[in-house]
Amino acid sequence: MIHPLDKYLRLDRIPHLWCSGCGNGIILSALLRAIDELANEGVLDPRKVVLIAGIGCAGRIAFYINFDTAHVLHGRAIPFAMGVKLANPSAKVIVYGGDGDLAGIGGNHLIHAARRNLDITVLMVNNFVYALTGGQVAPTTPKGVYTTTTPRGNPENPVNVAQLVTACRPNYVARASVTHPILLKNHIKKALMKEGFSFIEIISLCPEVFGRHIGFKSAPELYERLRKIIKVRNFPKSLDEIVFDWEREITIGEFIDENKPGFIRSILGVSRET
Amino acid sequence: MRVEFITGNIAIAEGAITAGLKLFAGYPISPSSEILEHLSMELPKHGGIVVQTEDELAAINVIVGASWAGLKAMTATSGPGLSLMAEGIGLAVMTEAPIVIVDVMRAGPSTGVATKVGQGDVMQARWLSHGSYELVVLAPWNAQECFDLMIKAFNISERLRIPVIVLTDAVIGHTREKVIVKEPHEVKIISRKRPKNPEDYRKPFKVENDLVPPMTFLGEGYGILVESLTHDERGYYRPNTATHAMLVKRLVEKVRRHKNFIADSAVYFGDDVDILFIAFGSTARSVYDLVHDLRRKGIKACLFRPKTLWPLDTSKLILLGRKARKVFVVENNTGQLVYEVERILKTDNVISIPLISLEAPSSNEIWEVVREWL
Amino acid sequence: MLAISGEVINVISKDNGRFRVNIIIDRCKECGLCVYVCPRRVLRISNRINKLGYRTVEPAHIERCIGCRSCEYVCPDFAIFIEVVKK
Repeated sequence: MIHPLDKYLRLDRIPHLWCSGCGNGIILSALLRAIDELANEGVLDPRKVVLIAGIGCAGRIAFYINFDTAHVLHGRAIPFAMGVKLANPSAKVIVYGGDGDLAGIGGNHLIHAARRNLDITVLMVNNFVYALTGGQVAPTTPKGVYTTTTPRGNPENPVNVAQLVTACRPNYVARASVTHPILLKNHIKKALMKEGFSFIEIISLCPEVFGRHIGFKSAPELYERLRKIIKVRNFPKSLDEIVFDWEREITIGEFIDENKPGFIRSILGVSRET
Repeated sequence: MRVEFITGNIAIAEGAITAGLKLFAGYPISPSSEILEHLSMELPKHGGIVVQTEDELAAINVIVGASWAGLKAMTATSGPGLSLMAEGIGLAVMTEAPIVIVDVMRAGPSTGVATKVGQGDVMQARWLSHGSYELVVLAPWNAQECFDLMIKAFNISERLRIPVIVLTDAVIGHTREKVIVKEPHEVKIISRKRPKNPEDYRKPFKVENDLVPPMTFLGEGYGILVESLTHDERGYYRPNTATHAMLVKRLVEKVRRHKNFIADSAVYFGDDVDILFIAFGSTARSVYDLVHDLRRKGIKACLFRPKTLWPLDTSKLILLGRKARKVFVVENNTGQLVYEVERILKTDNVISIPLISLEAPSSNEIWEVVREWL
Repeated sequence: MLAISGEVINVISKDNGRFRVNIIIDRCKECGLCVYVCPRRVLRISNRINKLGYRTVEPAHIERCIGCRSCEYVCPDFAIFIEVVKK
């Protein structure tokens, strides 16, 4: 135990196998800092945290965190998490996955969990590509960009996930970025303490796969490129103000913060009526 | 206990409630929707939760998650829905999660005929998911057995930490019959093993003598890792042949070793056998009639009715198969169970009687085909 | 430096009287992010190769450190952290 966050890590698996400069490491650090602060404030018991991870680079977080974790099927972390939460409503359930896992194959489950206002926190790591399998196009890949499956440039329009989830009107939606780690930690703290569905899309760094494929030679170069387009805007008046454009702007900030009853309250209320 | 006059689907639901079901997640699909509907009304009265998910992919994953958080969980579907659950079944196998899946078979392939009977899922129930694994498939033939075998299904899944599939069909699901509904204290109920020593709580896959690890639950705070990649006893990814081979072999062996606890069948007129009929589910009901008719005519017919399709009750099957002159495997598909029978008996007197029929074939229809072979 | 488990963990530890920079040598992966984000240009990549084969970072200009922790927050590998020097 040297680093102050070491107590939250499975130290026999550190150093982790994420690449040099990987955004997942930055996000893991912010997540653990958020949990540590909430634990010190006395509002969260780390032993009640259950983290469900999907498949992909992001999914490997399940190896490293020293809480109850599960490494489940591609795109199915959210339904698995729903099962855990329904069975044990006192657990603090977090879903952690990539953009391909949560917005691609798992997109349907994301939409339904959001509109149900399911009481989980979903952290979606957005690195614009399918990194673990070598750099194929993802639902969030910017148009025109080279990937291994779009070698002549991506012909598709990317999906603006935070905007999509905002339209489902759950209790909390935010977008964060690894370039703004304190804001990221604060969003996570808020998301973890909210009833109902909380979602944070986290713009992340993938210097080895995404960065390398589009011509960035190092993590700081990609970081600098991200910093140029990240703009903070909280509680926009319309969905159009939540921008997701690799050339122009990626809007980060809190987009919804409401307090409608969560799914667990609705379903247990209904069950108790009988 | 109480006497009810209910359909097979409702009997499935009641059997699950008696067995201790506490979470049902499912998606409506003919001819199984009544199970979801009945439980959504009744299960909350017993402290359980029912949720209709957005699709079958969600349903299977919800119940694996709920099982890992400590509850007895199940889903119910039909052929097309089961196909969607392929990957989820693999997850239950790999993470050794006790779950029960009911497949009320309908005519296939594909959308087929949603409200009519078929028996085409024999192979799908066993081999649907990828990779090497073994699971258990039960096949009730009437509403009473739907109730009783559901309890057995939960007991097997809890004892061995495996997914168990209960295969009924549109006829059994919708035929109303007398069922003796027992209360939990009137039947034997098994629940998953828990760790004995405190230090074992952090090892969710620790092997014991019976090859079944005790189970720690997500949310208990022991910091466990539930891992779908190949893993060691702590759930750590270990992609080396030694660990992987040991894990895969154990997943198979833990079922095979407990065969005596699992395999079951019913035999009618087994004492002197000239012609052996093998059938299950709704088809077996017609073959049962046929065998009685033949006996009245002096023909020494016998019916071997498997209650477990995977694994089959091989010792009884072999005993009867060796005595019979001819063995007819009657099924409402193009021939699936017959391959298992051939493999087990290793004789050349096994004849496939595949009858595609949207209603359960009548005993006369079956006899018209069988007599050609005699 | 000894960890609780008893194994030796190598750490570069330097302070300027107010803030101490600690670098866990064998975790650093030479990504360069901490060097890039430091507003006072305290850090640089050294020539010291660690067990992973990377050249670790070192606090070459510790005297400039203001304890903002930008390096600690950006490090993906839990390899660097700041302590306030106790008087």
